[in-house]
Amino acid sequence: MKIAVCIKQVPDTTDVKIDPKTNTLVREGVASITNPFDEYAVEEALLIREKHGGEVHVISMGPPQAIEVLKNALAVGADKVYLVSDRAFAGADTLATAYTVAKTIKAVVGDVDLVICGKQAIDGDTAQVGPGIATRLGIPQLTYVSKIKEINLEKKKIVVERLLEYGREVVESSLPALLTVVKDINEPRLPSLLGIKKAAKAQIPTLTAKDIGADENRIGLKGSPTWVMRVFSPEARGGSGEILKGELPEVVPLLVNKLMDTKFIK
Amino acid sequence: MAKLLIDKDTCTGCESCIPACPFGALSMKEGIAVVDEKCTFCGACVDICPVSAITLEKEEKAVTIDITTYKDVWVFIEHEFGKVGSVSFELLGEGRKLADAIGCKLCGMLFGDQETVDKFAKEAIAYGAEKVYVMEGPLLKEYRTDPYAKAAVDLIRKYKPEIVLFGATTQGRDFAGTVATTIEAGLTADCTGLEIDPETKYLKQTRPAFGGNIMATIQDYPNYRPQMSTVRPKVFAMPPRDDSRKGEIIRETLQMTEDQVRTKIVEFIRGAETINLADAEIIVSGGRGVGGPEGFKPIRELAEVLGAAVGSSRAAVDSGWIPYEHQVGQTGRTVRPKIYIACGISGSIQHQAGMKTSDIIVAINKDAEAPIFKIATYGIVGDLFTVVPMLTQEFKKRLGR
Ligand SMILES: Cc1cc2nc3c(=O)[nH]c(=O)nc-3n(C[C@H](O)[C@H](O)[C@H](O)COP(=O)(O)OP(=O)(O)OC[C@H]3O[C@@H](n4cnc5c(N)ncnc54)[C@H](O)[C@@H]3O)c2cc1C
Ligand SMILES: Cc1cc2nc3c(=O)[nH]c(=O)nc-3n(C[C@H](O)[C@H](O)[C@H](O)COP(=O)(O)OP(=O)(O)OC[C@H]3O[C@@H](n4cnc5c(N)ncnc54)[C@H](O)[C@@H]3O)c2cc1C
Ligand code: SF4
Ligand code: SF4
Repeated sequence: MKIAVCIKQVPDTTDVKIDPKTNTLVREGVASITNPFDEYAVEEALLIREKHGGEVHVISMGPPQAIEVLKNALAVGADKVYLVSDRAFAGADTLATAYTVAKTIKAVVGDVDLVICGKQAIDGDTAQVGPGIATRLGIPQLTYVSKIKEINLEKKKIVVERLLEYGREVVESSLPALLTVVKDINEPRLPSLLGIKKAAKAQIPTLTAKDIGADENRIGLKGSPTWVMRVFSPEARGGSGEILKGELPEVVPLLVNKLMDTKFIK
Repeated sequence: MAKLLIDKDTCTGCESCIPACPFGALSMKEGIAVVDEKCTFCGACVDICPVSAITLEKEEKAVTIDITTYKDVWVFIEHEFGKVGSVSFELLGEGRKLADAIGCKLCGMLFGDQETVDKFAKEAIAYGAEKVYVMEGPLLKEYRTDPYAKAAVDLIRKYKPEIVLFGATTQGRDFAGTVATTIEAGLTADCTGLEIDPETKYLKQTRPAFGGNIMATIQDYPNYRPQMSTVRPKVFAMPPRDDSRKGEIIRETLQMTEDQVRTKIVEFIRGAETINLADAEIIVSGGRGVGGPEGFKPIRELAEVLGAAVGSSRAAVDSGWIPYEHQVGQTGRTVRPKIYIACGISGSIQHQAGMKTSDIIVAINKDAEAPIFKIATYGIVGDLFTVVPMLTQEFKKRLGR
């Protein structure tokens, strides 16, 4: 079974804060990490390989520093990893990113049985790249997957559970297919010491736009319909922030009065 | 190719730009700012520089399509379990404003089996659509990516809307990404604000990114149309319903057969609790402060007295105390109730992303410094295990329950 996993390097947004004085993003010392959802994607690929055999290919498009996340993938057990990096990719929106990643999958993996992505990246937060790659590859997509119930290689089919607003949808699809996974799906493993050593020494192939045969009008800023015009910090909600002070036996009825006055409680 | 230029002679080395870059692409070298390959040309640093040392050169793109042939504002009418998603009506309300601003029609796009389509097309008209483009048939009974995407792509190619809006629900986000890729249009995700320039008809789409830590305003380049966005539920108000409104229904046929659809829905397992958070008028939520699954007992009791839904923070969901369906926030539901009562929730930016448009926010937390108090309408500093049962008793008394 040939599995391609797409991973993205992202800033650790839990560390990102807004400086209230300058109103800018404070990201000093903010580490770059593998997009958390993509760790579940890698883990799921490894689990499938353990059960059905095959190869796990991990791909990341990004600046040269993104090599780090690919090393992590190698350390946990990916068979092959590839960095796609070119100045011409800079400024890519989701349309151009999906095009580039799909082109890479075709160029280095060839005919895949399964592509696995994270549900969304925690920086761009769009959840659009997965469906974009599936569409470019001409394969069905199964988004928000929380469980793989069955893979039947002979019949070329997969059954998964998708986590939606109102519950779980069980869907059957033909293979090859693309999944985007949520964090309920597994518990990512930690790399072994041996794995880390191996990864540190590994030579990671870097592909350029030319290597993947990309159309220059479909990559980077040039291939991107959307344009981020402005970035700013979110407005604080103007809550009146009335903290009701006093002893609880007085404060509680006071709050109840205030809420009853709104007439929202029927 | 685009370029970010920092004028060495103008730069005073003040370092203001360094933290402004969301991508960490700027650093100081020998007293002046330098940019590296992490730069995505987002432009966030340009206005920060007090001496205007930073300029962003963007390549002018040749306009290759005739954008004057694109007109009208379309809203995708999504439905599930025999009900239209309220976000679709909210979008008709907002779409009305956009259509009026540029002087065009507001239209719905609706797929389903015959029965649903007939019923929901009328509802879309009652909420303001002047035209509804429909495709009907057994293939379209429930949402599946293949037939829905084919239907939408065919309609969009034929009728060329200026703008297409989808709800940023799991369905809308699965769907819109496929449609946008197929027609190679821009798609802005999970918007919380829409604004249109009446002259150029450019849609300015504002959305949170970086887990809600920053907001970005996004616009499409003019050689890509339609302008498409997914919009977060509950950010726009429901428009009034008027069943006397008249509208036109345009029917098209889907050129697809079941064997061309690559997926099959086997079954749907409903969440444990049927109460719908997104539609609740009152929500009582518990966070890590409830301390365990049994800690939700007082929360549920208060909710019951008030006829409210039970929500939670991600911390409580991640700890396995309550199912995911209850999670409010960035990666859970966005809610907009009349009253939101947060108990033992600190008020992280990600939690706020899902509830800060509530009319009234009540915070109950033992830490007076908790950020939730900054956005609360009313707050009580105290132990939730004392305060919440007292509230329940008091409401019971007042409501005679
Ligand atoms: C503030 C801001 C707002 C933006 N808003 C939009 C917008 O509304 N619309 C838009 O089209 N673009 C937008 N972009 C651009 C977008 O973030 C980039 O195109 C980004 O490369 C991919 O989008 P994402 O981070 O949202 O990924 P998602 O679509 O959320 O990622 C989903 C999955 O796709 C895979 N994946 C994503 N990126 C890569 C990669 N580089 N290499 C390998 N696999 C990958 C991973 O498996 C990931 O889990 C925005 C950028 C910024 C800075
Ligand atoms: C990408 C991303 C997405 C996220 N999405 C979401 C999301 O959708 N929703 C979400 O909620 N979070 C989300 N988070 C997590 C978020 O950052 C916080 O970690 C989370 O909201 C914290 O939950 P909490 O307020 O319950 O817990 P804490 O922050 O631990 O707060 C617990 C609070 O309870 C109070 N408390 C404790 N005991 C008592 C008591 N007996 N009585 C009264 N008060 C008490 C404490 O003072 C404290 O303020 C996301 C994070 C990331 C990085
Ligand atoms: S344009 Fe954006 S990404 Fe580039 S350096 Fe400035 S802030 Fe950073
Ligand atoms: S803000 Fe302007 S002057 Fe200050 S370091 Fe950056 S480029 Fe130089």
